[in-house]
Amino acid sequence: MTISSAHQAANQKTGAVLVVGGGIGGIQAALDLAESGYYVYLVEQSPAIGGVMAQLDKTFPTNDCSICILSPKLVECGRNLNVEIITYADILDVNGKPGNFKVRVNKRAKYVNESLCTGCGICQTKCPWETDSEFDQGLGKRKAIYIPYAQAIPNVPVIDKELCAYFQKGKCRACEKFCSVKAVDFTQTDQIIELQVGSIILCPGFNKFEASLVPQYGYGKYPNVITSIEFERILSASGPYQGELLRPSDRQRTQKIAWIQCVGSRGESPQNSYCSSVCCTYAIKEAIVAKEHSPIPLDTAIFFMDMRTFGKGFEAYYERAKNEHGVRFIRCRPSVIEEVPETKNLRIKYETEDGKLIKEEFDLVVLSIGLEPPKDVQSLAAKLGIELNSCGFCQTDVFSPVAASAPGKFACGAFSGPKDIPETISQASAAAASASAFLSSARNSLVKSKIYPRERDVGGAPPRIGIFVCHCGVNIGGVVNVSEVRDYAATLPNVVYAEDNLYTCSQDAQEMIKEKIKEHNLNRVVVASCSPHTHEPLFQETIRQAGLNKYLFEMANIRDQCSWVHKEYPEEATEKAKGLVRMAVAKARLFQPLKELSIGVVDKALVIGGGVAGMTAALELADQGFRTFLVERSDKLGGNLRDIYWTLDGKDVQQFLKETIDRVHRHKLIDVYLNAEIKDITGYIGNFRTTAASQEGEKTLEHGVIIVATGGQEYKPKEYLYGEHPKVITQRELEQKLATHALGDKELNNVVMIQCVGSRNEERPYCSRVCCSQAIKNALKIKGVNPSSNIYVLYRDVRTYGFKEEFFTQARSQGIIFIQFDDNNKPEVTSKNGKLSVAVLEPILREKVVIDCDLVALSAGIVPNKNDELSKLLKTPVNEDGFFMEAHVKLRPVDSSNQGIFLCGVAHSPQMIDESISQAMAAAGRASIPLSKVYVTAEGIVSSVDAEKCIGCGLCESICAFKAIVLKQVDGVNKAETIPALCTGCGVCAASCPQQARTMGHFTDDELIAQINALAVT
Amino acid sequence: MGINKMQQPGQKVDGWKPRIIAFLCNWCSYAGADLAGVSRLQYPPNTRIIRVPCSSRISPLLILKSLQHGVDGVLVSGCRPGDCHYISGNYVARRKFAILNNLLEYLGIEKGRVHFAWVSAAEGKRFAELIKEITEEVRALGPAKELVKKQD
Repeated sequence: MTISSAHQAANQKTGAVLVVGGGIGGIQAALDLAESGYYVYLVEQSPAIGGVMAQLDKTFPTNDCSICILSPKLVECGRNLNVEIITYADILDVNGKPGNFKVRVNKRAKYVNESLCTGCGICQTKCPWETDSEFDQGLGKRKAIYIPYAQAIPNVPVIDKELCAYFQKGKCRACEKFCSVKAVDFTQTDQIIELQVGSIILCPGFNKFEASLVPQYGYGKYPNVITSIEFERILSASGPYQGELLRPSDRQRTQKIAWIQCVGSRGESPQNSYCSSVCCTYAIKEAIVAKEHSPIPLDTAIFFMDMRTFGKGFEAYYERAKNEHGVRFIRCRPSVIEEVPETKNLRIKYETEDGKLIKEEFDLVVLSIGLEPPKDVQSLAAKLGIELNSCGFCQTDVFSPVAASAPGKFACGAFSGPKDIPETISQASAAAASASAFLSSARNSLVKSKIYPRERDVGGAPPRIGIFVCHCGVNIGGVVNVSEVRDYAATLPNVVYAEDNLYTCSQDAQEMIKEKIKEHNLNRVVVASCSPHTHEPLFQETIRQAGLNKYLFEMANIRDQCSWVHKEYPEEATEKAKGLVRMAVAKARLFQPLKELSIGVVDKALVIGGGVAGMTAALELADQGFRTFLVERSDKLGGNLRDIYWTLDGKDVQQFLKETIDRVHRHKLIDVYLNAEIKDITGYIGNFRTTAASQEGEKTLEHGVIIVATGGQEYKPKEYLYGEHPKVITQRELEQKLATHALGDKELNNVVMIQCVGSRNEERPYCSRVCCSQAIKNALKIKGVNPSSNIYVLYRDVRTYGFKEEFFTQARSQGIIFIQFDDNNKPEVTSKNGKLSVAVLEPILREKVVIDCDLVALSAGIVPNKNDELSKLLKTPVNEDGFFMEAHVKLRPVDSSNQGIFLCGVAHSPQMIDESISQAMAAAGRASIPLSKVYVTAEGIVSSVDAEKCIGCGLCESICAFKAIVLKQVDGVNKAETIPALCTGCGVCAASCPQQARTMGHFTDDELIAQINALAVT
Repeated sequence: MGINKMQQPGQKVDGWKPRIIAFLCNWCSYAGADLAGVSRLQYPPNTRIIRVPCSSRISPLLILKSLQHGVDGVLVSGCRPGDCHYISGNYVARRKFAILNNLLEYLGIEKGRVHFAWVSAAEGKRFAELIKEITEEVRALGPAKELVKKQD
């Protein structure tokens, strides 16, 4: 094992964690912990896990189908031996002390026996009693016995006692009658469960703002005024209108939709004062998706105050919405919505930016509602003994962003403030890492290990192929004739079983596949559904559980590469789907089982970059007991933090920095290398070898994982007389001068700040995220020093998201003047006899104003460090802005596409200190998963060589980029040999061998030719 | 939607539909094709995709086999220069195809039957465009005849 400091404390802490809340944050935390050696209780109030993400149609900024990317995670949670899902349950009380909590949970009666129920759903079809569906936000119906949504985990219905006729009137019991497994149990009672855990992670999520509290918008009164989450359900193919873009009043197609931003946010009571952070980008998403969805031309308009697209890739998304999709953006907060009684259309009065008063009619209005703390937050906080902030969210600190105010308890996701999915995931991984470090002495003490059935020997037996064709709701079934494909598949050679499923990825379908494998003695499985990128591991796991080698599996991608791209031509799409299935079968017939190699793990880590992210990651890993090499290019630790003196909320950054550097230097498990450059990286997950060069010479480090935290820097402006006039400085320079009192009152009488310098332009189209808050921070500081100073902030959109909004409000109330400009009318800075003045077009007066000033502070953006070389060494790509690319924008924000390599901090994207810290902790947590294992398993898809055919020419050796092939002398002649651990399975050797002596597993010549052949057959 | 079905690219012309095979590398081009799907970008339905780990997995043999089996057009697509998941596989593939092209020309295979391209995981739109272009080009050439094995 890896833990060195564990001995004394060994038996004292409990190696289990309670995760409260089964949304995407809770799911991620649970999976991370289960993978790192802890037993997890995942407690969720509602009948199923999945949270709000399950309700969303698509996710920004990639428009990924939300349920498609969530569903594999749900299934993973459902099948993980070390995650115990307890749904329909509430926390009663928490006793004990950190490391050993006793938690009592009330599990409400579902009146369905979870261990008997198969999730077939017959009960809900037979139940005669209907009410509004919570999942569909009241736009659709559900029964008195219901499974909340199609992909729900656990896939078990619950009886709504208030609606059930048996409970209310003593008769009916239709569900009971039709349940073939006798799972319905009217005698069930609430159960109190006692859990013993070492740590608690809180991610109960958020509550949606109640839109009827803003009466002027008519929500609840006018049927065609809906909330953004209702609109998500309307867009969803599995939603109440089957994805048809209809409006509620008359179920007619909508032609003109308006979004109103900041409903419940950035306002006065009963609205919330803070910004909900996600609404701008989700409104853009909804508008784009609606336009794509609509069979008729659709007009979309978003009414906003500031467009807050501050996240990675969001600004480009905003630009695309404007320029490519033609979404209209109107900078105005409408005061009232009126209904036109005859048509039920809605009339919005607003003022355009050039001052015209306009009345415009829309047939649907979407209110972009904000995020609030969960409803029962006060009592939850009281039970757990944690503090809430003034807005009712969990109180956390900028320097320890996932620690709740009591030891051993951690918080993540929207519970500690509004945030989007990737930030929630980062925080969830960070919270899991914190709990893991806190309990590291008890790691692996309570986990159960996976026991697979022995692999069935299929060698030699004729192929018996089973095919499962997925409807994916209407995603495939709406275009492709699925039953025709299924019937066709059944006629193909060696196919002994074929069926179709509504969702082949659902958990009940996995059970069904296992049964069919047994029942029909299947030895190859083909699933025709979506992309292997998202779903292959799920199905491979399923067939492995049924005793088949996981490589006896093939997918036919009839959704992403068929039904979605040939919507207009259902016949051709069906024909193509059949062809794809035929090719998959042809290949699967030839499959042979492949062996996976176990690779020993060097339980040490390399962290590249010694800024706040790198130091945090190193400390987190070292605290978990792993030796960590921290390599920094400069002669000091600290990075950008060296130039930051205080945070927006007034915390002392330099003190924190000093303490952190001290901790790093003192930590026995951290080796710091300063003035060191990475020269070379070889190897793979579990076994990397890195050469670091410093003044003391070169050193070779061996480690199992890499964390990239190379940071970025402030942009050096070329504009606005920077470098020409001494009083034109950057915000960072201003902060330094303010901190060292280098500016007299006279120099601060009139200050102009200009935003978006070097950001959101052609050269650097992204938003640098931090500059708005930084400007307000410095402006407030100046006001503190010199209350009579006049400060003008010239901005494009003020992006003080989340609780930072409070400081924007404070700045305005202290008389700081904010003037909006657009990109076509940039301010002009001039100097006459050394006197500075700034001219800007004032949008309300609509005339140019000239401000004479003593100082101009430029809010210069963040630019990434030059990552090209490192990117090549790491084989990890950077995006077009120069930031490292994560494996998946939504669900794998700190993983790189390369196994064993993780990303955090500004190297990933511009971010605030607390966000960098969260990400660094998350990266460390993710990296600790392989480190905590003795072995990691390598893919079974590797190349092999037939020594008989090999002539020892050495072509494969010379061409292999991974040095996975060596020539060896065997009986006096050269023969090629593969090192499977190094082989990445690219197949270049197999394509190049003049003797055809090399075989690429799972992609053999025979298999590929069979696919080609199957395509050509008509 | 507004498109005359008769004019749809890749539709039957005298009963003949072009058959095109696309060998796509797993990491970039296949993901690019998925992105075209996620973005609902429409393209003609004549192309069948075969997923391979890397464009360098495709040997001239597999392309010749395709033509022999009566495929009318072939696309091999890999990661953009510098993006290869296997460091340099896409360059190896390109070198091979430069040479293969000479052979194809010698054999009388028309230019426009065999294509090599770079499509990244972010280029759903480009993928859809590319398939449209190739379908058009292959359709204009008519059925492949040169290497096709006689059917028994």
